[in-house]
Amino acid sequence: MPEPNPPIALLAELTHRCPLMCPYCSNPLELVQKQQELTTDTWTRVFREAADIGVLQLHLSGGEPASRRDIVELTAAAHAAGLYTNLITSGIGLTQARLADLVNAGLDHVQLSLQGARPEMADRIGGYKGGYDRKMRVAELVTDAGLPLTLNAVMHRQNLADLGQTLDLALSMGARRIEVACVQFHGWATRNRASLLPTESQVEQLKKDIAIARDTYRNRMAIDFVPPDYYSDFPKACMGGWGSTGLVVSPAGQVMPCHAADSIPGLAFESVADRHLGEIWRSSHAFNAYRGTDWLPQPCQSCERRDVDFGGCRCQAAALAADPGATDPVCRKSPYRPKVDAMIEDMTNGARASDLTYRKFG
Amino acid sequence: MTPYLLSGVRLHFDKVRNTNVLLAPERALMLDGVSYEILRRVDGTKSVVEIVGDLARAFDAPAEVIRGDVDAFLNDLKTQLLVGDRDA
Ligand code: SF4
Ligand code: SF4
Repeated sequence: MPEPNPPIALLAELTHRCPLMCPYCSNPLELVQKQQELTTDTWTRVFREAADIGVLQLHLSGGEPASRRDIVELTAAAHAAGLYTNLITSGIGLTQARLADLVNAGLDHVQLSLQGARPEMADRIGGYKGGYDRKMRVAELVTDAGLPLTLNAVMHRQNLADLGQTLDLALSMGARRIEVACVQFHGWATRNRASLLPTESQVEQLKKDIAIARDTYRNRMAIDFVPPDYYSDFPKACMGGWGSTGLVVSPAGQVMPCHAADSIPGLAFESVADRHLGEIWRSSHAFNAYRGTDWLPQPCQSCERRDVDFGGCRCQAAALAADPGATDPVCRKSPYRPKVDAMIEDMTNGARASDLTYRKFG
Repeated sequence: MTPYLLSGVRLHFDKVRNTNVLLAPERALMLDGVSYEILRRVDGTKSVVEIVGDLARAFDAPAEVIRGDVDAFLNDLKTQLLVGDRDA
């Protein structure tokens, strides 16, 4: 194995605790309990190790990172390590005083999730009454504090009609960027595919609307678009290539190449408790299993897109082809593609739509 | 135009890659020598004309040539919402 390039980003899942219960949550079905979470000291060491091996961007995430009582201390530790620090939050748990402490600790950026553009929708999807109003208040606090604000709006079958309203709301909340992210089917979201998977006509409309919106909001708000799973002809390069740009540390300290990697059978993860992050990045089994392109099967091996998408997403291959080493089944060249089409048909004809399964501790 | 870095956008020296980077929300731009020399002078008080004059002296190059590069670079960063204009 050649030496991998240094990683650029670390996603630190500080906790799986969260006051919200979004049915599209990508957290694993088996959530980490509070008693298993890493301590302040361990995270502090992990941040230093991350900076030492070249990480520039740190995403403090979860769950709800503000559920950690030491969130201010952790932010200060990240800042002291020299990392650009981003808080990915639902906003619940952020008071004016706490936000001021975070700013003083060196927080660089806030990414606020939006469960809906209207209070009824937002509170129904988040499963948290009053969540929408609290969020609007938090957005105000963030922009008043002079921090850049990004909104993250997960779009799915039940809210795609609200796209225009979502973008207008984001701008009025003072967001500099919005991520319009079509629901990704990992973790809890897989339980709700029949209720959340967009229809083909919705996807077609969405692509047109995004192109127009980018023009409309030019120089005022940047729009990042995460296209929907299953509908494209060729897969995405997951994480910009397995083990090539980023790593994820779970609340209990497992180091993973992507946030859903624990859904992939056969991978052995190592813990930050046992080894330096840099050694894990370089040599752990989970990172080397699908790094580079040597391991790729046909038709990827002789495909012109081999070094563009690296064969796509391993979680998707595991979930839809029952083989994590297969060509991403979404690809038109995959023998499993007809199965994906049949699944889309089955999941969007309405017959199987049911009540949402909310994310919660078992 | 008097450019400045928007809040949450900052220069950083990356000691692992031995290069300067521009850090911003969800972005890390690796900077080449020229880009760094421009951004190093972007402080919200110097106008583009002053920045260009400064670069022309420092690198002993014609200001007209530098002006084109600086405009193109800063305009690109403006559309990416990384740089703002105090005069706007
Ligand atoms: S997706 Fe919803 S439930 Fe999951 S961590 Fe984010 S806010 Fe909490
Ligand atoms: S065959 Fe493999 S490399 Fe080619 S587009 Fe499909 S997934 Fe990507």
